[in-house]
Amino acid sequence: MARITASVYTSHVPAIGAAIDLGKTAEPYWQPLFEGYEPSKAWMKANTPDVIFLVYNDHATAFSLEIVPTFAIGCADEFRPADEGYGARPVPVVKGHPALASHIAQSVIQDDFDLTIVNKMDVDHGLTVPLSLMFGQPEAWPCRVIPFPVNVVLYPVPSGRRCFQLGRAIREAVASFDEPLNVQIWGTGGMSHQLQGPRAGLINSAFDKAFLDDLIADPETLSKKPHIEYVREAGSEGIELVMWLIARGAMSDTPPRVARRFYHVPASNTAVGHLILENT
Amino acid sequence: MALDKPYLDIPGTTIFDADQARRGYHLNQFCMSLMKAENRARFKANERAYLDEWPMTEDQKQAVLARDLNRCIALGGNIYFLAKIGATDGRSFQQMAGSMTGMTEQEYRDMMLAGGRSVEGNRHVGEDGDAQAHRQPQGRAGGQRA
Repeated sequence: MARITASVYTSHVPAIGAAIDLGKTAEPYWQPLFEGYEPSKAWMKANTPDVIFLVYNDHATAFSLEIVPTFAIGCADEFRPADEGYGARPVPVVKGHPALASHIAQSVIQDDFDLTIVNKMDVDHGLTVPLSLMFGQPEAWPCRVIPFPVNVVLYPVPSGRRCFQLGRAIREAVASFDEPLNVQIWGTGGMSHQLQGPRAGLINSAFDKAFLDDLIADPETLSKKPHIEYVREAGSEGIELVMWLIARGAMSDTPPRVARRFYHVPASNTAVGHLILENT
Repeated sequence: MALDKPYLDIPGTTIFDADQARRGYHLNQFCMSLMKAENRARFKANERAYLDEWPMTEDQKQAVLARDLNRCIALGGNIYFLAKIGATDGRSFQQMAGSMTGMTEQEYRDMMLAGGRSVEGNRHVGEDGDAQAHRQPQGRAGGQRA
């Protein structure tokens, strides 16, 4: 049977991808950030899974305003890095796992979570920056990836509660897949940031650190936090943090082992938060 | 019954909801078109002519031509769509975000390096934080976009 062994949480700031692609990681501005991910890269090497179920949001890339799915699952063989307006990132094509993706879709839809099936999609920085942070710059990504875009752009986005419960359903779905796959689930986006208006540049470290504490120790209570609190306290784009609750919901009910915790301000406009939680 | 909008009392913040999305549909779809290199080239060659291919309002077109992102957002634009204009211009997300505060690029970058904008005084309209309407523009670039 397939099993979820660990979850990884990280911001997916586009400027981080640009810094990697342009060879700027040793510059004083970026060095502390990338140093913070070095232990995570070592952990990743030692714990490379067969498949990553990667929760992220599309930033007006694959989905224009023509179609805005709340939860979508990528079931294709592969996904190309998108041209977001600067040209596509020079990163490998993402190889999917159609059999597991379709199995999860069937299972969670029958469990009352109505996913949108996506069989053709380019993936943007929301998905590729976390891969770059954890794997560096390989010729090919070392495992399969199932993209799981969540709408956090057009209000209303799904509630933290719904995300957490969806995670639980994904956990059941993975556990009922017949192949003995090692699966990780990643939750990306956040932490506090606001990219628009006179309040742009908002950072709330106290909120972020409490969120990390609660995500580790009491995700059930954290999942009840209302939207308005994210927006007011963590900025209009801080709402991305609800996606972390999908990954956390897919972990086992016993307390996880914290393999890595890191927090850094700033990366461009954003507070960067990062956790690795292992199932025990 | 009107839609509940509990976020209207947050200063300096526009939530991209169904009403904004309807208002900004063609503006945002124009932005999407800039994800293709050939469209970026056509837009750069003659911005006005390219905009005239889209059923946008004149206000929206003027806001795009002026690169006034606050105005674009007020007219229904969303930052992730508008970012395609910035990408076409070769501007970073930090430059775009900073342009909406009235700060110069350096002032905004310095604020971020110092830990970002504080939430204190910026949670509710009517407080005295730096994102409140009575404290705009915030920096030396303010005259250009006030």
